[in-house]
Amino acid sequence: MSMTKENAQAYWGENLRIIITYMSIWFVVSFGCGVLFVDALDQIQFFGFPLGFWFAQQGSIFVFVALIWAYVSSMNKLDEKYDVHE
Amino acid sequence: MSLDALTFLFVGGSFALYIGIAIWARAGSTKEFYVAGGGVPPVANGMATAADWMSAASFISLAGIVSFIGRDASAYLMGWTGGYVLLAMLLAPYLRKFGKFTVPDFIGDRYYSNTARTIAVICTIIISFTYVAGQMRGVGIVFSRYLHVDINTGVIIGMAIVFFYAVLGGMKGITYTQVAQYCVLILAFMVPAIFLSVQVTGHFLPQTALGATLDSGQSVLATLDALSVELGFAQYTAGSKTTVDLFFMTAALMCGTAGLPHVIVRFFTVPRVKDARISAGWALIFIAILYTSVPGVAGFGRVNLIQTVNGTAETAASGVANTGVKYEDIPEWFARWENTGLIKWEDKNNDGVVFYSKTDENELTVNRDIMVLANPEIAQLPAWVIALVAAGAVAAALSTAAGLLLVISTSISHDLMKKTINPNITDKQELLYARGAAIVAILVAGYFGVNPPGFVAQVVALAFGLAASSVFPAILMGIFSKRMNTQGAVAGMIVGIASTMAYIVYFKFMGGTKDEMWFGISPEGFGTVGMILNFLVAKIVSSMTSEPPAEIQQIVEDIRIPRGAGAAQDH
Repeated sequence: MSMTKENAQAYWGENLRIIITYMSIWFVVSFGCGVLFVDALDQIQFFGFPLGFWFAQQGSIFVFVALIWAYVSSMNKLDEKYDVHE
Repeated sequence: MSLDALTFLFVGGSFALYIGIAIWARAGSTKEFYVAGGGVPPVANGMATAADWMSAASFISLAGIVSFIGRDASAYLMGWTGGYVLLAMLLAPYLRKFGKFTVPDFIGDRYYSNTARTIAVICTIIISFTYVAGQMRGVGIVFSRYLHVDINTGVIIGMAIVFFYAVLGGMKGITYTQVAQYCVLILAFMVPAIFLSVQVTGHFLPQTALGATLDSGQSVLATLDALSVELGFAQYTAGSKTTVDLFFMTAALMCGTAGLPHVIVRFFTVPRVKDARISAGWALIFIAILYTSVPGVAGFGRVNLIQTVNGTAETAASGVANTGVKYEDIPEWFARWENTGLIKWEDKNNDGVVFYSKTDENELTVNRDIMVLANPEIAQLPAWVIALVAAGAVAAALSTAAGLLLVISTSISHDLMKKTINPNITDKQELLYARGAAIVAILVAGYFGVNPPGFVAQVVALAFGLAASSVFPAILMGIFSKRMNTQGAVAGMIVGIASTMAYIVYFKFMGGTKDEMWFGISPEGFGTVGMILNFLVAKIVSSMTSEPPAEIQQIVEDIRIPRGAGAAQDH
């Protein structure tokens, strides 16, 4: 099962890129839409909700769920690519 | 059947189920006791994690908090779910690969230091006891409200049940009872939520119904805003917290969630690294079902409450909407909950009309918990729904209490006895210590349940603050920085804990005022500052001291590669 040092580093690098991509979305949706820009977004109506309020109380949670599953699928592919899956 | 008989049947039936599972899933080895043998399927682990995480506070209190503070409660909704993204991506897979039993295991081994291990043990125990005291009290309260027994009797019944399956079954028993408890609690939350949603808006899903248009042509939220303003409350959709405070609070709750030992340890129980990621995904789905319904339940509950008490054009005493209803015209649930003290009416102007507002004319005191506990009655749902809510509330409190008690007993038998004080004890002796510690922990938790310290509500900030400022950063750096060494991690944890504790104690117990808060950051949000300080201090101290030994760096390389998790568990 031992993999070369270069392979291990490349795997870790791609892993970090995946994490950074998804964590950026996580940050923008929760701290961005739900906290920092919430007042601006509230000017927009979204199915009867002010949009900022919706993100802060519901929308962010839906996105969190989607993010974890997207991450699971990306990592499964990455694990197979580098042959480190179980 | 009467309501009491139904409640006995539902609660008693659920108890029989939990005990049956406990007998079926007895633990025979420390590995079964600590991590359920490491063979829990990811979906089951997701359910168990959801039940473990959703406590009496999520089940009973969260909707009430949202209902009464509106927008500002966003920090709880986002914080207590967003933490799972951190867990899934930053902690769970690597800790699973590491493959030991506890959080102090990781911190002690990764930082090759019993000092680091001991700090982690102390944090784990403080966090878990803080939490468990509230759960035992919750069980007692539910018993007293629905089954008319004394609160203390309720606490003792709860202790006996937890004793049975936590001490016998360890993690294995707890895991499978938590799966059952999740099913009970989610059913108990969603059935009334859907009924209520249909009743108020005609929409089936509480998730979307909050934005639905009412007969008046306005959305529920707009109606709520208008009602609130008319009565002198702040607009429901407007917040009173500053952006900075909300930011720090949300971050502290997220990182705190990710650093809670009883949640982390659940990810040690699955067979593979891949399963740790997948079970985080399932856990958040199961949690989100409840959490995304909460804003709906909160909103409908509040509209219902205001309209029942203050009246519509048809029911108000004066014929004008929102001006008050005659006491004898209010439905019977009002009197029933008056008996429990959750609602109090004081007829200040002696006109026999109940009126609720933010102004001096207000005659009503409402406990927030009523939003979930009395909702089925306010909405006039059948008696079996009310009995179901009682069983659900007990399930929520018991499942979390059991998870916490296990973490406490493991910390004592494994991290203190086996790893620090006497490494020579056999597996059998360690198991005996674990069961003994679980018994002591249950007794202590029960004591707090019977004699609740007045500061339970305040110390919840402490639990999340500590987790965010000590456990979370220490694990994170242990995985993502090969250079992080003992000195850095220990110094970081000490600074994180000390600063967070000092801030919380000053503002919660020593009468610190709002004007003195740094940048207006409330104590609930200070864990974020403590965490940042932890990172900074750890980085500086570690860069001035020698790098960790080669074998430790090898461990870090190892946990970054998924393959071999099953083997790692057996060494």
